[in-house]
Amino acid sequence: MFRYYLKLGALSIRTNPILSALMVAAIAIGIGACMTVVTVHYIMSGDPIPNKSEQLFFVQLDSWDAFDPYDDETNEPPDQVTYLDATALLDAAEARRQVVSYRVGRILQPPADGARPFEVSGRATSGDFFAMFDVPFVFGGGWDRASDDNGEQVVVLSRRINDRVFGGEDSVGRRILMNGDSYRVTGVIDDWNPVPKFYDETTGAFNDTEEVFVPFSVAIDKELSGSGNTNCWQPVPDGGWQAFLNSECVWMQMWVELHGETEWQAYMDFLNAYVASQKELGRFPRPVNNRLYNVKEHLAAQNVVEDTVQILLVLAALFLVVCLLNTIGLLLAKVLRRSADISLRRALGASKRAVFAQYVVEAGMIGLAGGIIGVGMTWLGLTGVKGLYAEMEFVKKLVQMDWIMVTTAVCLAIASALGAALYPTWRAVRIHPASELKTL
Amino acid sequence: MEFGPVLRAMMHNRSGYVLIALQIAVTMAIMVNAIAIIQERTRLMARPSGIDEDNIFYLSSLVFQPDVDQRVMIDEDLEALRNTPGVVDAISTNSVPLRGGGWSMSLQTEPGAEVDGSGTAIYFVDEHGIDTFGLNLIAGRNFRPEEVVWNDPQSNRWPPAGILTRALAETLFPDEAPADVVGRTVYINQDNPVQILGIIDVMQAPWSGWNGVERSMLVPERREWDYNRYVVRTEPGSRDRLMPQIEEMLATRSQERIVMDMRTMNETRKLSYLDDAALVKILTFITTLLTIITGLGIVGLASFSVSRRTKQIGTRRALGASRPAILRYFMLENFLVSSVGVGGGAILAVALNIWMVEAFDLAPMRWYVVPVAMLALWLVGQLAVAGPARRATLVPPAVATRTV
Repeated sequence: MFRYYLKLGALSIRTNPILSALMVAAIAIGIGACMTVVTVHYIMSGDPIPNKSEQLFFVQLDSWDAFDPYDDETNEPPDQVTYLDATALLDAAEARRQVVSYRVGRILQPPADGARPFEVSGRATSGDFFAMFDVPFVFGGGWDRASDDNGEQVVVLSRRINDRVFGGEDSVGRRILMNGDSYRVTGVIDDWNPVPKFYDETTGAFNDTEEVFVPFSVAIDKELSGSGNTNCWQPVPDGGWQAFLNSECVWMQMWVELHGETEWQAYMDFLNAYVASQKELGRFPRPVNNRLYNVKEHLAAQNVVEDTVQILLVLAALFLVVCLLNTIGLLLAKVLRRSADISLRRALGASKRAVFAQYVVEAGMIGLAGGIIGVGMTWLGLTGVKGLYAEMEFVKKLVQMDWIMVTTAVCLAIASALGAALYPTWRAVRIHPASELKTL
Repeated sequence: MEFGPVLRAMMHNRSGYVLIALQIAVTMAIMVNAIAIIQERTRLMARPSGIDEDNIFYLSSLVFQPDVDQRVMIDEDLEALRNTPGVVDAISTNSVPLRGGGWSMSLQTEPGAEVDGSGTAIYFVDEHGIDTFGLNLIAGRNFRPEEVVWNDPQSNRWPPAGILTRALAETLFPDEAPADVVGRTVYINQDNPVQILGIIDVMQAPWSGWNGVERSMLVPERREWDYNRYVVRTEPGSRDRLMPQIEEMLATRSQERIVMDMRTMNETRKLSYLDDAALVKILTFITTLLTIITGLGIVGLASFSVSRRTKQIGTRRALGASRPAILRYFMLENFLVSSVGVGGGAILAVALNIWMVEAFDLAPMRWYVVPVAMLALWLVGQLAVAGPARRATLVPPAVATRTV
C-alpha cells in the first residue's frame, strides 16, 4: 500500500509542478536559513572536552572593590585571579590537580642561518596543564613538578611550530631560543584546538591554542607580563614587577580537577576558608562570593555564544515558521482543489485512514525533497557566512557541518512538512464521500 | 460598495485566508525587527573615529634581545620616521581607535577610593600626538615638549597633565561647557591629580563596542615597552607607497627587534565592524528572501482561488459585472487579508522588539519602521495578487453556461 501511496504522491507532485516546487523551495529555504544559524550556535555552545567537562572547575574569587562590584548586573566575581591567590591555591594543592596559566607573547629565534625571528603566542602554565586538559602529544610530554619548582627553562611546542623550526622531527631534548633565552623542548603537542577555547576565553572564546608553553615559574622569574587582559581595581603601588605581583590586579586563569559532589563541596569550603583567612589580612573587602563552575557552567556564565548568533537564531526560527505557514496554505489549496478526487475515492470505498495515509506520504515526500535541498542550502549559507567573515580566522571553525547537523536538517525538514500537512490532511479526511460528486 | 459580499465570501473559506494573514503577520514581525537592527548597526558603523583615517597606518616594533636601550631606539626611530618625505608626522603610542585592544583608566573629579569614576581610554603620546592623529583641538592647548616624560618602570605615578575628549569632559563635568573645564584638575588612580590642558572634539576609544567609546584621554608620557606601536600619518595619496618602504626601513635599522602587524586605519575600521557589516548583509538578505516567499505564497493561493471560482466569475460577468469590477474584487479581497495580517504583524513586531531589546540589549526601534513595513507589505500583497486577478478578468462570460 505504501508503494502505491508513493506512486500517487509522485503523480500528484508531477501534475502540480509549480505548486509542488514552491512548497519544496519554501521548506528548503526555511531549513537552510534555520540550520545555518543552528550549526553555528551548536558549535559555539559545544562541549570542548566531553570526557572531563564535569570534573574541571574554574576558580573565581571575589577579590574586587568594596564600593563597586566586578559586574554591576550579575555580581559575578572576576573571571581571573590575582598572582597572590593563584600561587596560594597552587601551593595548597587541595584539589586532585590545579593549574594556573596566562597568555604571553614571545619571539622565537630559529636556529637555522638566515631564518628571521618571528612572534609566537605563548602560555605560561604549571606542568599539570597537559594531563588535566587531556592534551595529546606527538613527541615527549609536559614537564614535571620539579621543573616547575626549580624554574627550569623548558618548553612544549605546538605541532605547527615544530614543523616550522625542526621540520617535523622529534625535537625532544633539543633547544630553542626565545627572546635571547635558551629552552629545552620536552614535548610536541598534536593538533589540539578545543572549541570553545574553554581554558581561557578572556581574549576570545574561539581563538587558536597557543604555540608554545613555558613553566609559570619561569615566566614570573623573567617578569613576563600577560598579553591577555589585566584588570585592577586599585592603583598598583610603586615598586615595579614585585609590586605588581603583590597587587590586587587579576590577570591569570585558575582551574582545578575534582571528582564528584563531595570533593566539590570540600574544595568550595576550602576556598571560603581561604578567603576568610585573607580577610583577616585586610584583603577581600567584599562579602564572600566565590564560584566553582564546571566547563559548561563557566562557558554559559561567560556568554561565549555571541548575541548576534542568538538574535539570528530567533529570527531564523520565525523564518522557518513563515515558510511552514506558506506550505500549509499551499497544501490546503492543493487538497481543496482535489476535493472531487478525494470524494470519489471515498465513495468507491477508501477509508478515512487510507486518504489520510495518502496525503501524509505525499507531504513526507515533499519534506524529504525539501530537507535534502535544505542541506545544500545550509552548506551554501555556511559558505556565505564564511565569506562575510573572511578576515576572522576563527569563524572557519564555526561553519562546519557534521553528520549530526545533516541528519538534524533532514529530520527537521520531514517533521516540518508532516506538521504542515496535519491540518490540510485533516481537511481532506473530512471531505464527505458524496459531497463533490454532484458537480462532476 | 463590494465590501460586504467580499467579506461574506471570505468567511466561507476562512482557513486559507487566516493562514495568509498569519504568514504576513510573522513576515512583518521579522521584517520590522531586522530593519530596526540594520538601522542601529548602520548608525554605529557611521560614527566618526575622530582621526584622519584615510592617511594613517600603524605598525609594531617588538624588541626580543635583552639590554636594548629602548629610549634611544624609539627616539631614533621617530626621528627617521618624521624625516621621511611624504610623512606628515609620527608618534609612538599604545593603541589606536577601533583596534580592539588598549588601556583604560578611571577618572574622578574628587580624590579618594570611595568616589565613583568614569572610565576612559588612555593614549600615551608626545607633543606630536594631535598632529599625527589629525585631531581637532577645540579648547586649551597641546602638550609642550618639556611636559612629555618617560615613564619610570618602578613607579606608577601619572603625569600631571592630560587632554580630554569633549565627551569625556561632559561626562566628568555635566553642568559645564567643555571649553570652561580647561585648567581644572581631575584624578586618576584614585588620587593622582591631572590638570586638563586641552579639549579635543572627537577621538574614539579602541573598543567600538564599548558604550563609553567617545571617552578618551591623551597622556604626555612615553613608555619603554618591548612592544612599541608607531602611528604614521602620511600626505594624501602617499600611504600605500610609504607603507612597505617604512616597514623595510624600521626592520633594517635594528636586528634586535621584529617589525610586524602593519595595518591601515581603513583595514582596522573594516575589521572592527566586520560583525556588524555581516549582520546587516545577512538581515537584508533574509528580509528580501522572506518578502519574496510571502509574495509567492500570495500568488499561489490567489491563482488557486481564481481557478476554483472560474465559474462564479463567469456567472458574474454574464450578469453584467465589468472586468474592472472583477479585478477590484480580488484586489479588495487581498487588501482585507493584508490588513488583518499587517495589523497583527504590528502587534507581533512590537512585542518581539520589546523582548529583543530586553534580552539582547538592543536599542529600541524607531516608531516609523512599523507603518513603513505595513505599507510595504500591503504593496507586496497588491502586486502579488495583480497577476492572478488580471487572469480572472479574462474569464469569458460564456463559462457560466458550460458545465451546468
